[in-house]
Amino acid sequence: MNLLPKQRRLPEAADQHHDPRAPISIHDMTVAYHRRPVLWDIDFAAEEGRLIGIVGPNGAGKSTLIKACLDLIPKASGSIRIYGQPYKKQRQLVGYVPQRESIDWEFPINALDVVTMGTYGKIAWCLPPRKKHRAAAYEALEKVGMAEYAHRQISRLSGGQQQRVFLARALVQDAQLYLMDEPFAGVDAATESAIIALLKDLKARGRTVLVVHHDLQTVKSYFDDVILLNMRIVASGPTATTFTEENLRTTYGGKLTLLVEAAEAIARGGKEGV
Amino acid sequence: MRGPAMLLVLPALVAVAVTAAAALGGDEFRRVLSLADYNTRIVVLGTTLLGAAAGLIGTFTYLRKRAMVSDALAHATLPGIAAAFLLVGQKEIVPLLIGGAIAGTLGVLCVMGLRRIPRIHEDAAIGIVLSVFFGVGLILKSAATQLSMGDQAGLDRFIYGTTAGLIRQDAWLIGLTAALILISVVLLFKEFRLLCFDAAYAHSLGRRVRLLDLLMMALVVITTVVGLQAVGLILVIALLIIPAAAARFWTDDLATMTWLSVEFGAASGFVGALISGSYANLPAGAVIVICAGVLFFFSMAFAPARGIVFAWWRRFALRRRIGRQHVLRALAEHEEAHGSERPLPFASLHQMRSWRRIELRDHIQRARAADELTIDPNDNIRLTPTGRVRAHRLLRNHRLWELYLIRYADVAPTHVDRDADLIEHVLPAAITVELERVLAEKRGAIPASPHPLGDVP
Repeated sequence: MNLLPKQRRLPEAADQHHDPRAPISIHDMTVAYHRRPVLWDIDFAAEEGRLIGIVGPNGAGKSTLIKACLDLIPKASGSIRIYGQPYKKQRQLVGYVPQRESIDWEFPINALDVVTMGTYGKIAWCLPPRKKHRAAAYEALEKVGMAEYAHRQISRLSGGQQQRVFLARALVQDAQLYLMDEPFAGVDAATESAIIALLKDLKARGRTVLVVHHDLQTVKSYFDDVILLNMRIVASGPTATTFTEENLRTTYGGKLTLLVEAAEAIARGGKEGV
Repeated sequence: MRGPAMLLVLPALVAVAVTAAAALGGDEFRRVLSLADYNTRIVVLGTTLLGAAAGLIGTFTYLRKRAMVSDALAHATLPGIAAAFLLVGQKEIVPLLIGGAIAGTLGVLCVMGLRRIPRIHEDAAIGIVLSVFFGVGLILKSAATQLSMGDQAGLDRFIYGTTAGLIRQDAWLIGLTAALILISVVLLFKEFRLLCFDAAYAHSLGRRVRLLDLLMMALVVITTVVGLQAVGLILVIALLIIPAAAARFWTDDLATMTWLSVEFGAASGFVGALISGSYANLPAGAVIVICAGVLFFFSMAFAPARGIVFAWWRRFALRRRIGRQHVLRALAEHEEAHGSERPLPFASLHQMRSWRRIELRDHIQRARAADELTIDPNDNIRLTPTGRVRAHRLLRNHRLWELYLIRYADVAPTHVDRDADLIEHVLPAAITVELERVLAEKRGAIPASPHPLGDVP
């Protein structure tokens, strides 16, 4: 039995499953690490101009979902479209805020130069960023309230300030769709409210934002839609109707242990001939 | 000191050192240093350029955390060189270097491939590739040695390097490599910076991360291969890592760091070759690496912002300042309780905190030198008018902060003294004003202590 066929290249056939108006639509996606599935049969389509929270327990595959959307890790099966086109053609439309821990903060670079990286997508290979790119970066830093730290080396910023630099870098990309991996992790209250104001501003300008989020207390006040994730999508839709106690219990409770066991079995499959 | 000015310091120092050495040294020494000899010129030029090239590309492998991959690469060149020798059957240098480059590239690809296998981490992959390739290399080398009938086949020089044997052609090769790397880095500075800082983000911007990585490793392969004859495959890794690691101590700016690394590499090559040229028995590769090592340890110790000596000195100075402030505050609290007529004996002061005697003596000595207190022959201490003003300001800061912690941060009165101790010495004036505002305290008045003070007889 082959549960995880290699990704087949049939974009034309797959397109009928995708709504071309959706900022992002995911069809039947499965992702595996070393044969162990971490995401099963993900189906999801975002509505434009919404703030969407991705919520689930540790190891539920929240970061993996975002990374798979960005082609950072291979999919075992399924397809993803950004406004109806494969990600490769639509990179300019997608902004990414990685987890803060994924970075070496001792790197010799200041805040302004980090934010300027957000403009690199618009600059050809081999050309340096120009004045207008730096100006755009500075403006983004101002927007997140970090202009006075523009020339500070990034390890000398606090956790919340580092997170704001990352947000400014995504802002300067001026994308349509933003994927953010735990932007609220380990930030102070002031930064948290600054970030949420920024998200609301993006939404007001018609942008769509997917946010991996940990704090269940704030889900209802922050997000229009929510994806409850635990290896598969337990429920997704408007927060008011989706973020229910029952759905949460399914997401965080023990009901999905069979899924974990099946994943283990598949990971062992090569050796035991399951 | 910032940016461009900083970059002039090292060349100036080297020039001064060489001139001084030439003035003081003997004739033989002077002949080497003056570069009058054609061979010496070739060797010095070759190693200097090699150091610069390795320092340049090394900055980026260091920041990409690929430094040890270069080590595997260097060792992996040996089987290629020996195999090329067996195939071509002569000591023609270019085929050997091409063989080395191919095997080295293969080694890098093996490391990258092994890393993708679950449960094999990068360090293990490097260890495996390095030793297996080198082992195969040794076998092929011994076969080559036997074939060439006792002639050592000259392959040892690739392992240990024979700097003195550099010829015009080698210097050209190194020069071309340095130029190639310089052009690549200037053109791709933006891409390399992005790749080294955040490869996932680079990918999300549509940069071809794997291609950039391969390009970077290709430049390292070329540097390694042309460097083999000069310093040997064991030591060439040093030139790729040490200058970059040393440069990191001096600056937080990537461009400045890159040029500093070039300078450190070039200076090591230059000075190392001169020293080994002046003392013919010293192996040049080793001397060059030692020079780089000296630069590294000097940087680690004495770089102003990150060097350990300055960091240690700053900590020491802060400790001393805090200690002196504690003495003043203790005296102010004593006066508060007993009036300014009664002096505080040294022994009582010593009991008020967990001071070491010698430390306390030092604090008192420094406070007296600053005219903040007097101490009479019977070891009785009094504040001077200057000291009293300062002590009152300190005491006030301390009390304000204590009150703030109790009222707004919910810290228990019994703990507040210690917490206030930690912060009051670094309170900026602006925060003091803010404290006065939130606590609605009058300017200049010292609030009473919120906890019992240690009684002083």
